[in-house]
Amino acid sequence: MDKLIFTVIAAVILLVIALLHVAYLTYAERKIIARMQQRLGPNRVGPRGLLQPIADMLKLLTKEDIVPYGVDKPIFYIAPLISLVCAGTGVALIPLWEKFVLSNINVGLLFILALSSLSAYGVILSGWASNSRYAFLGGLRASAQVISYEIAMSLALLSVVLMAGSLNLIDIVKAQISSPYKIYLIPQIIAFFVFIISAIAECNRVPFDLPEAETELVAGYFVEYSAMRFSIFYLAEYFGMVVMSALAVTCFLGGWVGPFEVPYIPFFWFLIKLYFILFVYIWVRATLPRYRYDQLMGLGWKVLIPIGIVNLFLTAFLKLIV
Amino acid sequence: MGPYFNFFLFALILLVLGVALIGINLILGLRRYHSEKLIPYECGLDPSGDARIPFRVRFYLIAVIFLVFDVEIIFLYPWAVIFEELGWFGFVEISVFVVMLLIAYIYAWSEGALKWE
Repeated sequence: MDKLIFTVIAAVILLVIALLHVAYLTYAERKIIARMQQRLGPNRVGPRGLLQPIADMLKLLTKEDIVPYGVDKPIFYIAPLISLVCAGTGVALIPLWEKFVLSNINVGLLFILALSSLSAYGVILSGWASNSRYAFLGGLRASAQVISYEIAMSLALLSVVLMAGSLNLIDIVKAQISSPYKIYLIPQIIAFFVFIISAIAECNRVPFDLPEAETELVAGYFVEYSAMRFSIFYLAEYFGMVVMSALAVTCFLGGWVGPFEVPYIPFFWFLIKLYFILFVYIWVRATLPRYRYDQLMGLGWKVLIPIGIVNLFLTAFLKLIV
Repeated sequence: MGPYFNFFLFALILLVLGVALIGINLILGLRRYHSEKLIPYECGLDPSGDARIPFRVRFYLIAVIFLVFDVEIIFLYPWAVIFEELGWFGFVEISVFVVMLLIAYIYAWSEGALKWE
């Protein structure tokens, strides 16, 4: 019984940490993009606008919840929850530190891939259930995009598994430390880029935000959602970004290990690397224009997948020779 | 209390969080419905016809190719884990497997299955 309470407390602490990151990621995104476009960004609520995410949350809680007629009600209600659970549960599998991982599963990497596949369901179901053409087209596009980039992402992670010889995320980090280059970024630079590009596409972010392209589909699959159900979709999207970045840190950048030990803050290096990858997401969004749909599918199927396969065989070959 | 239990516990807590947020919103939120407000959004006009319009068969094609590749990659994961024990034998065997799939991939490409105009 004591152990159960301890586990629940650990899970809640982890969730609070993750939620704080998600909330302040929205703030950081607005602020950084504003700075890149010579604007000020949020600066009214609290010092330097730091309380903005909390104000947003409170405002969204008091908004009117509209369910348009003609929607498929049960599916309409559960779709946001599916998105949230599938995008967020990955946090439980990421080792923030050698001694702090909520569920140390032997096949952790496979679980994260499975969750990211499942999160496509939230998108498809919401697009289908809301009785709107924009939502329907957005859902279709999103499903095709997510499954296309899923393959490239799995191929990129496969080379990491091949080098580490394990699917356990802690073992992967330990294998990296004992490898000659300390991190897999250097020998697996190709896989890293393939992974980052597909992760951006999996999260439906700019420049691959076709499913929610504001200028043509107004908001894509969640156009009919309002109030909290709408913000749960946003929460899921940012959760997805955090999980994908954390996975990149674990698999390519050496997890919690840094060049020197920082006393009292065990997560220090993990968080620094995480913030760097999240900054790259925002930087890409501020820099690149949106892809066309045929270019998007072409990049996924004709460029990233062949590169992934070649990189996998190169890795296997080099591992046998050395 | 294994790691799998913790995993599903975390998923459950997330689900509770989502339901709780929607619940709070339903209590605090305004309720001023009228029939016009509940019309699905379509550029300010009344929606014309069914929203579930016919779509291109190409989406199915992509899904089928995805299925083939995804099964292939899941098959490769156990191979990658025990690659060191298998050595050259494993390398050659998996090469045969992947080359067969590559032939299918090139065929699909040449037939225009990956073209999206």
